[in-house]
Amino acid sequence: MSQQLYLSSSPHIHSGETTSKVMHAVIYSLLPACGVAVYFFGPSALSVLLIATLGCLATEVVCQRLMGQPVTIADGSAAITGILLALNLPPSSPWWLTLLGAVIAIAIGKQVYGGLGSNPFNPALVARVVLLISFPVQMTTWSAPAPLGSGLDLVTTATPLGAWKNAVMLTGQMPSDLPGSTADYFLGNMPGCIGEVSALALLLGAAYLFYRRILTWHIPTAFIGTVILLSGLFWLIDPAKYPNPVFHLVTGGLILGAFYMATDMVTTPVSTRGMLLFGVGCGLLTVLIRLFGGYPEGVSFAILLMNAATPLIDRYTRPKTFGTPGQEVVR
Amino acid sequence: MLAAILSLGCIGMIAAIALGFAAKKFAVYVDPRELAILEALPGANCGACGFPGCAGYAKALVAGSIDLNQCPPGGADVVAKLAHILGFEASAAAREIAVVLCQGDNRKAQLKYHYLGLEDCTAAQRIADGPKVCPGGCLGLASCQRVCPFDAIEMTADGLAVISREKCTGCRKCIAVCPRKVIRMTPSEATVHVLCNSHDKGALVRKYCQIGCIGCNICLKTVPDAYKIENFLAEVVYEHDAEANEALPKCPTKCIRDFATGYPEGSTQLLASASSMTGRQK
Amino acid sequence: MKLKTFTGGIHPPDNKQWSSHKAIEDCPLPAEFVVPLAQHIGAPSVACVEVGQRVARGQEIGSAKGFVSVPMHAPTSGEVIAVENRPHPWGTSLPAVVIRPDGEDRWSTELQPADPSELTPDEIVERVRLAGVVGMGGAAFPAHVKMSPPPEKQIHTLIFNGIECEPYLTADHRMMLEEPERILQGVALLQYVLGAERVVIGIEANKPDAIALLKKHCLETPVEVMSLEVKYPQGAEKQLIAAVTGLEVPSGGLPMDIGVAVHNVSTAAAITDAVLHGRPLIERVCTVTGPAIREPKNLRIRIGTPLSHLVEVCGGLIEAPGKIILGGPMMGFTQLGFDVPATRGTSGLLLLRTEDVALHAESPCIRCARCVQACPIKLLPTTIAAYARRDLLAETAEYCVMDCIECGSCSYVCPATIPLVQAIRYGKAAILAKKRSSQI
Repeated sequence: MSQQLYLSSSPHIHSGETTSKVMHAVIYSLLPACGVAVYFFGPSALSVLLIATLGCLATEVVCQRLMGQPVTIADGSAAITGILLALNLPPSSPWWLTLLGAVIAIAIGKQVYGGLGSNPFNPALVARVVLLISFPVQMTTWSAPAPLGSGLDLVTTATPLGAWKNAVMLTGQMPSDLPGSTADYFLGNMPGCIGEVSALALLLGAAYLFYRRILTWHIPTAFIGTVILLSGLFWLIDPAKYPNPVFHLVTGGLILGAFYMATDMVTTPVSTRGMLLFGVGCGLLTVLIRLFGGYPEGVSFAILLMNAATPLIDRYTRPKTFGTPGQEVVR
Repeated sequence: MLAAILSLGCIGMIAAIALGFAAKKFAVYVDPRELAILEALPGANCGACGFPGCAGYAKALVAGSIDLNQCPPGGADVVAKLAHILGFEASAAAREIAVVLCQGDNRKAQLKYHYLGLEDCTAAQRIADGPKVCPGGCLGLASCQRVCPFDAIEMTADGLAVISREKCTGCRKCIAVCPRKVIRMTPSEATVHVLCNSHDKGALVRKYCQIGCIGCNICLKTVPDAYKIENFLAEVVYEHDAEANEALPKCPTKCIRDFATGYPEGSTQLLASASSMTGRQK
Repeated sequence: MKLKTFTGGIHPPDNKQWSSHKAIEDCPLPAEFVVPLAQHIGAPSVACVEVGQRVARGQEIGSAKGFVSVPMHAPTSGEVIAVENRPHPWGTSLPAVVIRPDGEDRWSTELQPADPSELTPDEIVERVRLAGVVGMGGAAFPAHVKMSPPPEKQIHTLIFNGIECEPYLTADHRMMLEEPERILQGVALLQYVLGAERVVIGIEANKPDAIALLKKHCLETPVEVMSLEVKYPQGAEKQLIAAVTGLEVPSGGLPMDIGVAVHNVSTAAAITDAVLHGRPLIERVCTVTGPAIREPKNLRIRIGTPLSHLVEVCGGLIEAPGKIILGGPMMGFTQLGFDVPATRGTSGLLLLRTEDVALHAESPCIRCARCVQACPIKLLPTTIAAYARRDLLAETAEYCVMDCIECGSCSYVCPATIPLVQAIRYGKAAILAKKRSSQI
């Protein structure tokens, strides 16, 4: 009988939640956003999604084989990176750009650091930023949405943030005719990255993650709250030049970034205070880059910069151990 | 264009002068012998000498506060070099290497229970004295492998640590970490060892291990000088082990192994004569 | 009204439905008792009987060695048939007195009842010590030590632990329902000895029947019955104190440092027996439960009863168990077999099937921070465990590894199924070993 007995150190029960279940839940939560993207941008969005996801999975297999490690694509983490990368690319991305992004995300963004759990930066964002800097033309060619069945072709146009930035650069004033209404922006009927257009679909997915207790409120709240406060401040100072906070909220990648990219567990702080600080930092940098930087959109840069600050934040926001007055920072 | 080249050149020049000045001005004197010794040492920083890294040992040697033969990984070669640097005659220590005194892998030795948890021998030993029935056998959770600075320890597929006779430098780190004290230092020339660490009675050993020493005395009877038996466990007397291998064919459980004929079953290591030390063992 | 609690913690399924409705049954005597001489924290006792000697129920068979130690007593009358090493719940073989019952179950004549109103506090503490009373929540710390704080540490709040936050276990719950008078007499004795102003019985809100019953019994007394939020580890000493008083026991300190003492409700009942009747701690209530046992029960067992006997009394096994656990599933100890005896700290015997054993392979930490949120001590379990596994002892200690109460919350929630608590224990042991070797 002793042959089949298990012995171990306590505890002897487990919640049953596993890494791959968490990852798969994140994938499910992204499906509405993917669906909306395919609705508005048609087959080109679908092909970007497929190429990015399969590219990431393939790169993961190749890297792990090369390093003689067990292949772990079934855990879903590479697939998430692929989907998030696709959601961060323009719908008109050529296939080679998407594929290159996938290879960069997994090989340079993740595996060189030692794979899952060891990467300091969000792999999908690393790929997006590398592509954005290397191929600025392809990465900033946006298409106006052409809903399925509308018979429209994809037409090149500017994103709302891009239109605003151009106008401010040229005239120092808000443009009088921004394309689309706030409702359009919220539903996703605007040009932009595949995944960032529909705030509604992203919020639906995020609600599911909250329900599954995979997301905590700290980072998204701190991130979005800071953006609203800071952009609101500038808007109050000069409404003729600066757009209102709602515009900031529903255009660009803020919702996607705040709920999916800035909440990537691996690259964000672990303590509650650290998460809040991280979110505030992301919000601050996003608004500064959007209002005063060279690029119209700053979410990716903001998150990557805060990723770099994560070890420092972790070190300075260590929770106060029970029964102590709080401890010195470990140097 | 020209302005850029000039300005960059100037900045570079100023920095170079400042650095050169600082290097001269703030230089710390280091005994050249210390540097030479550091060069001669293996550089593994294993700590076997009892100093914090090779630099610490080098410093102590120059200060004259320690013997030359405190670096087991370096062996006789390094001792000779150190002696030359410091102007001494070498008193070379005999080279010793570590051997795992067990061949009872997970197929040959019985398990008490299925262990779940930390892959570490010390942690497993704390749970009902380890998952193996044998109180002395190798637990196979690779604590020694992780601590070995020379990548000399292989874990077989069936969970047995096997130490490479070529790569082992005798730093004793594995001995310090093993909770079952199944690893022992032996003279490097000795190739015949009794690979068992169980002091239980023969009848008991037979119940839980196919390849354990049962204390039957046959080896002792065959080559009386080369073996001794204490608490039902045979041991090679390394001072008189010249003919120890004559007992091998008579050993009923095959717990005596002559490493000259190969490593324990399951090991993928080859002997120095047969191998060209190909790559890393995983 | 929001119930009081501590920060952090987890909500595992409590699985108490198997046995919470079952009245305590007296367990019949087994054919042989194995009474280990080490059953408590502190120095083990030393056998004071010889093989062949006849002993009476309650007679001392092992004498205490030092202040933090307690004597052992014969669970029934009979003959000592061996004093030798026997398998112990701690995983190795340890000295034990083996007794074959004679069936008469005759009490020792040396036990003296007493009237507590005529006893001084010191006499009460001495009677508790002689009776070998230890904390019955599981840790088995000698009760008389907790009852004699140094004079400068005045106890102002006395808390009784009726939380029983470990899943599956229902022994304390049944004790509170069936023997409230015994518990409350002990409560009054402890209050008298320690001179505490405030007395609280803390019970988790998932035992409304016990809360109502004790409240009714305490109407005329200064004892406060407090319902606390259902959360693991609400019953851990420091967390219970934080919930009831809002005070934090200082790191490395004891509850008495902040003027608080905590005793289990079952310990209070044992103190009643010891003081009023002079009866030593030779029996306790133990929950035998789990999916692999046919008939889960709450049994009143004598200390030293082999587990195999408990299984038999509970109708045997439905299938061969995958894990045998003494205590609860969060902090209990797995056993090699049924030949070990129940001890004074055995609050439960839990039998899991192979399919209930979590077999997930460990995967890399994804820094999800669930362990950080679950930790009731506010540690960073994943960071500590990573340092401990790399033998970086200085860093492990810097991150307060020694404050860990090993409640298991972090391992329970970890989606990567990293054995965090085990790594932390490993680190603690390594640090203690290093400290000891540097002292010599």
